[in-house]
Amino acid sequence: MSNRPPETGPFFARDRDIHPPAYTPWYKTSILRSPQRALISLEGTKSEITGPVFGHGMLNPLDNDLILNYAKPGEMPIGPRILVHGRVLDERGAGVPGALVEFWQANAGGRYRHKKETYLAAVDPNFGGVGRTITDETGYYWFKTIQPGPYPWPNGVNDWRPAHIHFSIFGHGFQQRLITQMYFEGDPLIWRCPIVKTVPDEDAIRRLVAPLDMNATIPMDMRAYKFDIVLRGRRSTFFENRPEGN
Amino acid sequence: MVQPLGYIKESASQTAGPYVHIGCTPNFVGIHGIFDRDLGSGALYNDETRGTRVTIRGTVYDGGGYALRDALVEIWQADDAGFYNSPSETRGEADPNFLGWGRSPGDMDTGEFVFETIKPGRVPFKDGRWMAPHITFWIVARGINIGLHTRMYFPEDEAANAEDPVLARIEHKDRVPTLIAKKEGDNTYRFDIRLQGEGETVFFDI
Ligand SMILES: [Fe+3]
Repeated sequence: MSNRPPETGPFFARDRDIHPPAYTPWYKTSILRSPQRALISLEGTKSEITGPVFGHGMLNPLDNDLILNYAKPGEMPIGPRILVHGRVLDERGAGVPGALVEFWQANAGGRYRHKKETYLAAVDPNFGGVGRTITDETGYYWFKTIQPGPYPWPNGVNDWRPAHIHFSIFGHGFQQRLITQMYFEGDPLIWRCPIVKTVPDEDAIRRLVAPLDMNATIPMDMRAYKFDIVLRGRRSTFFENRPEGN
Repeated sequence: MVQPLGYIKESASQTAGPYVHIGCTPNFVGIHGIFDRDLGSGALYNDETRGTRVTIRGTVYDGGGYALRDALVEIWQADDAGFYNSPSETRGEADPNFLGWGRSPGDMDTGEFVFETIKPGRVPFKDGRWMAPHITFWIVARGINIGLHTRMYFPEDEAANAEDPVLARIEHKDRVPTLIAKKEGDNTYRFDIRLQGEGETVFFDI
């Protein structure tokens, strides 16, 4: 996958100022699900800096094509066709090869395929709303999908989620584990959303908004949105001269 | 003026939301035909795996004492000899029949998660002291803005737990038991996770 030697250094300390705090009462579910005691600080040990490898062999050809991976033969889901692409990087700006990227989303009407989903928008019989891929040797990934719609949710009396795609990213260390959401350029709901507003840093919010990418847009086929994801960086271990453990 | 350091910042975390199972365990929520099986489901071991088979069950509770039924729990652990199946493992070769990673969506009605795994060996801390056998847990759910890391230790390892450098880091000793599983039977353990309030589980900023 990559000729780089495996990295064994500890990860940079996490900048908690760009992440949402646990307790954000305007997002009501966080009220009872937020730890109140201080987190115990721990520079990663072997248990945190290591992580499993997911091979490209586990992927099926349609895993990164949400337009076709749940559709009946000869049919397609309804809605705007889009390509989502970008790179998984670390805080040093280096591509993260072999990262597992999983994504899930509502359909074009803003409806999820889930038993507990109650929004009255229609389920699309040809849309499952889930896919995954593994980044290439440069950290690049892409998938095809239908642009999701915004949807209302029970929080405030009139709260709507901006259109978004959920991402789960698995890099090289369990410490890099991240779940986030991608938003779409120009959506007026972004700056009204209580979940978006759990992120305390305006620039960090902007970095979750994918721009329209006309260069990658496929003429007469699908528009493209570019979404780079940054995982924690790690220190080099040039100076690792003390054998660990034994 | 000086040169810019050139680092870029980590992407901000956002809650996994109520439908994390669609993305991470689609078969569990009835979305069949896309992935053959849900990643990280089933026993972590096979017939060839070395080590003692153990079952770990637990429930994630909120600050009101209610069980979460929309959480996703992942574990990561060393093999029987204390090696991680990872390119970042420099001390030796891990058991090729043990990946050491698992994922559980919890039971649809009760929220209880289950992992069928093996008891891990001991892994050294950075300064060479031995940590007690432990499993790393990561919990995400609706209402959790950033994934929570914790560890489970084993109740029978009293001596090893007493000298564990990570447990020693916990100033309020009455909180240490929140990281130690309860024995429920032969090789069966319960590890409940309390997000808030009385008996709040110790979580780590790693
Ligand atoms: Fe959503």
